[in-house]
Amino acid sequence: MQQGLLEVQELKKYFVTSQGTVRAVDEVSFVLQEGETLGLVGESGSGKSTTAYTVIGIYAPTAGKILFRGQDISAPVSKRPKALKRAIQIVFQDPGTSLNPRRSIGQILELPLKVHGIGTRRDRRERVVELLRLVELPEDYFYKSPHMLGGGERQMVAIARALATEPELVILDEPTSALDVSIQAKIINMLLRFQEEMGLSYLFITHDLSLMRNVASRVAIMYLGKICELAPTEEFFQQPLHPYTQMLLSSIPVVSDDEEAVKPKKVVSQGEIPSPVNPPPGCRFHTRCLEAGEGCRKALPEMVEVNEGHLVSCLKYQPGVASASPRAQEEVEG
Amino acid sequence: MEKLLQIEGLKVEFKVYEGLLKVLNGVELALEEGERVGLVGEAGCGKTTTMKCVLRILPSPPGRITAGRILFRGQDLLRLPLQRMQRVRGRGIAMIFQDPTAALNPVFTIGDQLMAVIRHGSRDAMNKKEIRRRAIAVLREVQLPDPERILANYPIQLSGGMRQRVCIAMALSTEPELLIADEPTTSLDVTIQDQILRLLNALVERRGTSVIFITHSLGVVREMADRVYVMYAGSIVESAPKGELFSRPLHPYTQGLMRAVPKLTGGGIAEGIPGRIPDYLNPPPGCRFQPRCPHAWERCSQAPPPLKEVEDGRQVACFLYEEGA
Repeated sequence: MQQGLLEVQELKKYFVTSQGTVRAVDEVSFVLQEGETLGLVGESGSGKSTTAYTVIGIYAPTAGKILFRGQDISAPVSKRPKALKRAIQIVFQDPGTSLNPRRSIGQILELPLKVHGIGTRRDRRERVVELLRLVELPEDYFYKSPHMLGGGERQMVAIARALATEPELVILDEPTSALDVSIQAKIINMLLRFQEEMGLSYLFITHDLSLMRNVASRVAIMYLGKICELAPTEEFFQQPLHPYTQMLLSSIPVVSDDEEAVKPKKVVSQGEIPSPVNPPPGCRFHTRCLEAGEGCRKALPEMVEVNEGHLVSCLKYQPGVASASPRAQEEVEG
Repeated sequence: MEKLLQIEGLKVEFKVYEGLLKVLNGVELALEEGERVGLVGEAGCGKTTTMKCVLRILPSPPGRITAGRILFRGQDLLRLPLQRMQRVRGRGIAMIFQDPTAALNPVFTIGDQLMAVIRHGSRDAMNKKEIRRRAIAVLREVQLPDPERILANYPIQLSGGMRQRVCIAMALSTEPELLIADEPTTSLDVTIQDQILRLLNALVERRGTSVIFITHSLGVVREMADRVYVMYAGSIVESAPKGELFSRPLHPYTQGLMRAVPKLTGGGIAEGIPGRIPDYLNPPPGCRFQPRCPHAWERCSQAPPPLKEVEDGRQVACFLYEEGA
């Protein structure tokens, strides 16, 4: 694989609790190329946010490696060089809790500049005003406090804060899921414009596949701590391969018949996501999979590259393995 | 034909420290027997407040109903003595709330809570054994495995999807004529949402229950309703049969909302609606959408446009569709 901006290799993050060990992220690998948006999609408990938090350093990995521009950053965040912290920034889901209610917007935006020792006081002030202008907020917001702003405006501030240090990689953790769609559209378009103008790379965490269809260059689907499918967006939506992906896609409520036609034929959703404390043996999805066979309960499927850049982790597509069901066999041969 | 539920000119204010919030600004909504109606709108538009007025569970103070009527089978609920209102709740109108975790009491078992609903809400008197049998039957109906065990469980022992199934079972256990479902799947994952929506649809179809389905998601309303009301900042701006609303939205707000939804077919995301919902303390004069509307002209800020029938079965509150405009 070519070297990307961010490489995550067999990343594991376990949490020890009184009920047992939670395997939140279990051997996740992906590469994020410079300038792209990689969508990390999954339902609650799939480990998508834990993956992002481990990359930014909120959690130290249990095992595995994280490389940024070839440099290993999997050590605890206190040992991470400041320049790297500056290069990787994050926008959280809820701007109501990610902004300090006791600081003014000006102070919030100035903090990252202070931490990284950028400019004199006057320079920093100018830069903050510039940041406000960038996210299309009026200059007098400098003195306002977060509670005086609407949800959308607060998220703009959080984005401006992430951009303050001129990062290369921005992790977007469900940046619009707490907002209304009419506001979401504005924020997403702004993020796409910044990406183009500043050459940013995005790791976009979300549960919204319709949004990813319009934003991501590649999509990775997570289920119970593992990536089950990873593909370029266009191909992913034309030809979803993993049974879970198909179930996920066919569960999405849409607003037009055109979209209805894009969905894979109805894969009836059944069952619930099992506990990550005692994940099922074999394929993690077999408890809900309509096509699961004997083999799925035993062996953990490996990631196979089915088409160029299209990886899937399902026994159906594994060469040389007795297939899960006769139907799957046909599909592999055909 | 007599309407099952008819809300006329409903106005609600909330008294807060800063002054009076004029939240509902003359809501008009009607529903016929056996109909599935959707109520769509973004956060803070007053969908839930409207429905709380129907069940008379609006916290008061700070809320106060200042005008309007809510007719259920021709009877004004707002003027009903509390004791008779109590009989409407449950067997007349039942409600499912957004967050099943908050709707269930954490210190009582599912059985305690479900059986209490059946005991107080049912039409016919039952002894303990019958109540229990009924509880098990409704849990089975919402496809919960091992209902006997679930009766003994506390809410915390169930997943979010299972808790919402319990809430659906509670709401339907009294065989209501009208079911109000307030964003019942918003806090759930999309594959679980799919299961719950299919279950709800099957259950109400089998019983012929009338439904008001509240949601902020146009996609969800498309699966759950025959007719849709669109709400913005405290009033209904458009109502239409589902098919027509989605193929040809009329109100500028509905059009903007429809464009802003990310499509599974791709094609990028259209610019959203500029600005944000108005401050209820000082709502804009005239049409409340006027400050964000691309088509607004002077008339829009002079008086609010009334909700008028423009085509057969379609109502819009917008001067653009007034005759001669």
